[in-house]
Amino acid sequence: MLHHIRLIGAIALDGVGSLGRMGIYFSHMLRGIIRPPGKFWPVVKQVEFVGAKSVFVIGFTALTTGMVLALQGHYTLSKFGSESLLGAAVALSLIRELGPVLTGLMVTGRAGSAMCAEIGIMRIDEQIDALECMAIDPHAYLIAPKLIAALIALPLLTAYCDVVGIFGGYLVGVGLFGINPGVYMDSVQRSVEWQDVYMGIVKSLSFAILMIWICTYKGYYTGVDEGNFGPEQVSHATTKAVVLSSICILLCDYVVTSIMT
Amino acid sequence: MADSCMIDIRGLDSYYGDRQVLFNIRFGIPRNQITVIMGMSGCGKTTLLRHLIGLKRSPPGQLIVDEEDLGTFDEVKMNGFRRRIGVMFQSGALFNSMTVGENIAVPLKVHTRLSKSTIRIIATIKLHQVGLSEFIDYMPSQLSGGMQKRAGLARSLAMDPEILFVDEPSSGLDPITAAGLDNLILELKDTFGMTIIVVTHELESAFHIADQMIVLDEGRLLSAGAPQDIQASRDVRVVQFLKRQADQKQEDNEAYVKRLVGDRSKRMQ
Amino acid sequence: MERKGLELSVGLFLLLGLACLAYLSFNLGKVELLGSSYYDVYANFSTIGTLRIRAPVTMAGVEIGKVKDVQLVNDEAHVTLEIHKEVSLSEDVIASVKTSGIIGEKYVSISPGASEEFIEPGGTIRDTQPPLDVENLLGKFVFGDMEKSGDIE
Repeated sequence: MLHHIRLIGAIALDGVGSLGRMGIYFSHMLRGIIRPPGKFWPVVKQVEFVGAKSVFVIGFTALTTGMVLALQGHYTLSKFGSESLLGAAVALSLIRELGPVLTGLMVTGRAGSAMCAEIGIMRIDEQIDALECMAIDPHAYLIAPKLIAALIALPLLTAYCDVVGIFGGYLVGVGLFGINPGVYMDSVQRSVEWQDVYMGIVKSLSFAILMIWICTYKGYYTGVDEGNFGPEQVSHATTKAVVLSSICILLCDYVVTSIMT
Repeated sequence: MADSCMIDIRGLDSYYGDRQVLFNIRFGIPRNQITVIMGMSGCGKTTLLRHLIGLKRSPPGQLIVDEEDLGTFDEVKMNGFRRRIGVMFQSGALFNSMTVGENIAVPLKVHTRLSKSTIRIIATIKLHQVGLSEFIDYMPSQLSGGMQKRAGLARSLAMDPEILFVDEPSSGLDPITAAGLDNLILELKDTFGMTIIVVTHELESAFHIADQMIVLDEGRLLSAGAPQDIQASRDVRVVQFLKRQADQKQEDNEAYVKRLVGDRSKRMQ
Repeated sequence: MERKGLELSVGLFLLLGLACLAYLSFNLGKVELLGSSYYDVYANFSTIGTLRIRAPVTMAGVEIGKVKDVQLVNDEAHVTLEIHKEVSLSEDVIASVKTSGIIGEKYVSISPGASEEFIEPGGTIRDTQPPLDVENLLGKFVFGDMEKSGDIE
C-alpha cells in the first residue's frame, strides 16, 4: 500500500521535474533566437520545410473542410430559413476555429513529427554532443530557426487554409445549392470582422510555439530518461510528441477562444 | 610531474543519480603525448571522457585543465575551453543533412569570419590529412564506417585544437582499417605535437599508440603508467585484467571460426 | 542551383500566404491602413433599446457607417457613430433608432436635414428619437382596449 503511494508521489515529482525541464528548455530556445550563429538561411530552409511543403496537404484539407461546412451548414440553416447566411457560417467557422486548428494539427503531424525524429536521431548518434563540444549552442543552431520559421509559416498557412475553405464553401453553396454568388460573398464580407481574423492569427502563432516547443523538446531529450539511446527511443519520442502537441493545441484553442470572445 | 600536465584529475567521483560509477580517479595527462584510457565496456571510461570534454559536470577541485578548474567554469569559460579541443565521437557523429565538406565547415562558419572559399580550402586540407580529400562533396551516408570516423576526425581538427579526444577509434572496424586510424593518430602527435586522449577497449590498439596508459576497472583506477610498465606489471589484478582481455579476444576468435566451419566433432558423427 | 529552387518555393509560399492574409484582413476584416476614412459624431438618446455596437447607421436606407461605442452619460445613452468621410450630415438631421423588420435587429437611421451647415467630426446630432417600444405598444393595445370596454369578467 505504502509502495503505491510512494509510486504516485514519484510520478508526480517526475512530472513536476519534467515540467521544469521543459520550462528551462523553453527559455534556452528563446535565448537561442538572439544568439549567433546567423539565422537567415537556416530559417529560409525551415520555412520551406514547414510552410511551402505543406501547401498541398493544407489546401486539400481546407477545400474538403469548406465543402463539408457548406453541406452541414446549409442543412442546419435551412431549418431556420436562413440559407443566405451560409457564407457567414462557413467563413466564421473557418477563420475563428477550423482554419487555425486544422492547420496546426496537420502541420504538427507532418513537420512536427519529422522534426522530432530528426533531432532524436541526432541525439542518439551523438551529433548534439558534437555540436556542444564545438562550442555551438544546439538550441541556437538547430532549434531556434525552426521556431522562427514556424512563427512565419503557420499564420500564412492558416490564412491560405481560410481562403481555400471559403472557396470550398462557395463551390458547394453556389454550385450545389444554387445560392446566389453575390449573396454568399456578401454574407461572408458582412460577417467577418478584424477581431475574427486577429483571433485566428493569435491562435496560429500560439500553436506554432506549442508545436515547436513540444516536438523539438521530445526529440532533444530522446533516450535521456531511459538511459538507452536507440531507434526505439526515437519512435517513442516522436509518437509522444505528436500526441502531446495535438492535445495542447486543442486545449490552447479553447483557452484563446474563451479569452478573446 | 604536475607542471607538464595538461589535464590533472584529482580524485574524481562520478554518479548517475545515486549510482556511483567513478571512484576517486587520480592521475595526470601529460602534454604533447598520447594517453590511452583503457578498460572493458561498462568500466566508466566513457563517463570519464564526458567529464573531460565538459559534457558532464565535474565537482569543483576535481578536474584541472591547464591550471584552471573545469568544475567552476561558467558557460562562457566552458565555450572558450571547447574551442581549444576537438572531439571525435564513436560513430563520427557527422550531420546527415550536409556533405562531408559542409560538416567540417560548421565550426569554421560559426566561430570565424573566413570567406566561403577559404573555409573550403581548410576543409580540403583537413580531409587530406585523414586521407579523404576526394570525398569532400559526398554525403555521410555514402561513406563506409571507417571513412565516417575519419571524416569525424577531420571535423574535430577543423579549429586546430590543442587537445584531441578520440572515443573508441577502432570499434566496428576491421583490423587493417583500425590500424590505419591508429597510425593517423600517431602522425597527429608527431606532426602537430597535439595532446591526444584516446578511449578504447582494444588492447592491441592501446599498446600500439600509447605513451601513457590508464587502466580502469569497474570505475576504479587499476593501473597507470607507460605501456611497457603495465605489461610487465606484477600486480595480480593488472595481470588478471590483461589476461582476461587476451582470453576474451582468444575466445572471440575461436567462437568465430567455429561458427564459420561448424563443430567438426559433431559432423564426424 | 539548389539555392534557386529553395528561394523560389519559399518566395512563392510567402506570396501566397501574404496574399491570403491580406485578403482576410483588408477585404473581410476591413482593416484601415492609411488613416481612417471615417469620422466620429455623437448622439444622445433617452433610451436605445437593444441597439448594439457595430450596428449599421443608414441614411435613406444606405449604410453610411456603424455604431462605434455606447456609454451611459447623465442617465442618457451617449452613442458614438462612425460615419464615412464622404457623407456630410446637416446640422438638423435626426438620428432615430429603428428596428429592421418587426422583431429584428436595431439600427440607427439618419433622416436628412435642410440646413446648409454641417456637423463637424466630433460634433453632436441634436435631434434624436428613441426606438419604438414594441412590447409597450402591444401591451397598450391588449390592455388599453380592455380598459375601454369596462371590467374584465
